[in-house]
Amino acid sequence: MASTAKRSLTLEEGGFAVFTGLIALYCLMAAAKTTDAVMAFHAWVGLALSLIGIFAIFKGYTKRKENPPQTIDGLPNYQLGPIKFASFMAMFWGIAGFTVGLVIALQLAYPALNFNLPWTNFGRLRPLHTSAVIFAFGGNVLLATSFYIVQRTCQTRIAGNTAPWFVVAGYNAFILIAGTGYLLGVTQGKEYAEPEWYADLWLTIVWVVYLLVFLATLWKRKEPHIYVANWFFLAFIVTIAMLHLVNNATVPVSIFGTKSYIVWSGVQDAMTQWWYGHNAVGFFLTAGFLAIMYYFIPKRADRPVYSYRLSIVHFWSLIFLYIWAGPHHLHYTALPQWSQTLGMTFSVMLWMPSWGGMINGLMTLSGAWDKLRTDPVLRMMVVSVAFYGMSTFEGPLMSVRAVNSLSHYTDWTIGHVHSGALGWVAFVSFGALYCLVPWIWNRKGVYSLKLVNWHFWVATIGIVLYISAMWVSGIMQGLMWRAYNALGFLEYSFIETVEAMHPFYVIRALGGALFVVGALIMAYNLWMTVQHGEVETASAKPALAPAE
Amino acid sequence: MNRHAIFEKNSIVLTVGILVMVAIGGLVELVPNFYLKSTIEKVDGMRPYTPLELAGRNIYVREGCYLCHSQMIRTLRDEVERYGPYSLAAESMYDHPFQWGSKRTGPDLARVGGKYSDDWHVQHLVDPRSVSPASVMPGYPFLAKAKLTGEDIVDHLKVNALLGVPYSDEMIEAARADFLAQANPDAADDIDGFEARYPKAVARDFDGNPEAVTEMDALVAYLQMLGTLVDFNLYDGKADINLR
Amino acid sequence: MDTYNSLAAFAQTWGLVYFVVLFIAVVAYALWPSNKDRFDEASQIPLRKD
Repeated sequence: MASTAKRSLTLEEGGFAVFTGLIALYCLMAAAKTTDAVMAFHAWVGLALSLIGIFAIFKGYTKRKENPPQTIDGLPNYQLGPIKFASFMAMFWGIAGFTVGLVIALQLAYPALNFNLPWTNFGRLRPLHTSAVIFAFGGNVLLATSFYIVQRTCQTRIAGNTAPWFVVAGYNAFILIAGTGYLLGVTQGKEYAEPEWYADLWLTIVWVVYLLVFLATLWKRKEPHIYVANWFFLAFIVTIAMLHLVNNATVPVSIFGTKSYIVWSGVQDAMTQWWYGHNAVGFFLTAGFLAIMYYFIPKRADRPVYSYRLSIVHFWSLIFLYIWAGPHHLHYTALPQWSQTLGMTFSVMLWMPSWGGMINGLMTLSGAWDKLRTDPVLRMMVVSVAFYGMSTFEGPLMSVRAVNSLSHYTDWTIGHVHSGALGWVAFVSFGALYCLVPWIWNRKGVYSLKLVNWHFWVATIGIVLYISAMWVSGIMQGLMWRAYNALGFLEYSFIETVEAMHPFYVIRALGGALFVVGALIMAYNLWMTVQHGEVETASAKPALAPAE
Repeated sequence: MNRHAIFEKNSIVLTVGILVMVAIGGLVELVPNFYLKSTIEKVDGMRPYTPLELAGRNIYVREGCYLCHSQMIRTLRDEVERYGPYSLAAESMYDHPFQWGSKRTGPDLARVGGKYSDDWHVQHLVDPRSVSPASVMPGYPFLAKAKLTGEDIVDHLKVNALLGVPYSDEMIEAARADFLAQANPDAADDIDGFEARYPKAVARDFDGNPEAVTEMDALVAYLQMLGTLVDFNLYDGKADINLR
Repeated sequence: MDTYNSLAAFAQTWGLVYFVVLFIAVVAYALWPSNKDRFDEASQIPLRKD
């Protein structure tokens, strides 16, 4: 029963059009008033994007015959457009971010590749790499999967028509502003929180709409229970909002300029930053992707999660413990020791829920392990959970003060981050996209499972090269820094430790290159799936289960 | 239909539950650091950055130097021997944002001030491998060409003052003049005033180019003051009540 | 120091009790026999076909 057969410009569309119009006006004003070249550039970009947004809203209105119904033939009329857009952008930013990562890895091995130019030097490209992979690639994967999962597990169309589009488009606009800003030298100088105040404000607006869309979809659900994946998504959205607001509290020097000063200073700023930084890992790169694990692995393996009870304990203990772990980034620094002790204690405890979650994900396969042989997509996701287990064992280990005194400031940290980022986050994302793309484009399956297999092995070898190179170089450099000679003097000058890193930086770059190649294989495979994949016909669909 | 309302509330209950759970850790770890007096040691010698040093610091932030250089000497024997006395919380109390860093692809810079000559810094920034053949640092030749006018530096001081950095009215008023004076003391009217406002600040032509104030001037001025404010011959570490 | 010591003393006693109670509550909720059916049903949600 189609509810609204008529076509009308909805209040929602009108509201977003007016709001986007106001943004366009502000951009125009800023472009006219600013003396800051980057601000002027961003104002013009903002103006162009706002106008495209308004155009898209009206085009959407004139093109459609009727307002989209909530259900078609008794089935929820899922909104797939924003999910398709976010999936596409995830793949795009993924390749961009991995490639920039490869470039900066090569710069460390061959510094001439910095080209002595401002916008190609390591210091500006590294935030571009981290933001592109975490927030652009990871963020778009989370947007796509959360919008998909919340609709499916609630058996209802997402709340709003324009709002979900606003979230995905607005989020990518944020990425564009932030990323171009880094290249042009606009940064707050806080790791993983580099975007300046105006990009942060924009993200805040987008994020509030995201939270509202997500909550409103939960409110109209047809399932009595809120599935556990949605809990993780909700924790991700709510906590990131909190972290973002506190860590990015700034006062701009001029409202028509890019530069701002962080409200916090020194030791308090350090504590705030790593409270933020570690929970960007905990809630962006962990909670959000655990939500993916809790939906896509059961779905792909066609078996319910190993223990739903464990997932509840996993959820509450994980979110409660994670938030304390930040100070382990500041061992032996000027941060008061009580904070360091708390950070270390909770980081060690965090091992338990992390492995609880890993066991829950892996054991979902119990009785169906044979599927790993035949389904490379499932294998990718299961291996990602294994990497998750490995990183979440290594993390607590590195948070112990004595270990940290060696590992901190070295490549060991970089290796640890990448075993989590490449092995866990990227692999579970790849698995999810390999599932999602055929589902939302209504294809029977991914274009070539053989290519998925190739992607899996090329990327896995890349990861192994990467993290083993970083283990060796990190531990070696840490040991060299603290080595004493027989006379009781420091044995190595700093530059000698830099020289010793060279071979490992080359191996790391090779690992990164393999990872990029894997992603290119994937992009081709997904492109062919959408363009030439066999269409899933309605009759081929399995019989409907009663919606209880 | 009645039950539906309860479910609606459940997602709100869930949201509030999440918020409470994640707020506890943050509150316990963040808030006391602002209120416990022991967080930041009482030391002599700390002063706000001079206008030129602040501009240099902003260039340091802009170029992402913190991604490869820490400014935090830990309380470990080898670090103290390599870099100097361990960093105090007080030494970064005027830093918005802090630049402690998390990775040492290059050495720690917390006490780099005065260790090398201005010429060395300029040469090293323009072409790092000309002075340190194995260095993997990018070159920054463009800094020497980028001129600074300091016309909006006063706004930067005002915002810092608003955030609690003790810039006096006098410092704010003289910001532009101090900015130019520090990089070109020979042409300055009130160099004594500048030196009185910013004890231990050094005024000289940092980049060896008296024609203009450049980003190189500002960055080198900043690097040369790092870690020089607190006199560790006088500082009593035993009285350190920083709880560490 | 006084503030620090009193805060630390509070955290190390009542804070601990509070966290333990919280943890037991979560585990009890998860393992409560009458909740079993609901959880089993919830775990089937991703597998529903439409």
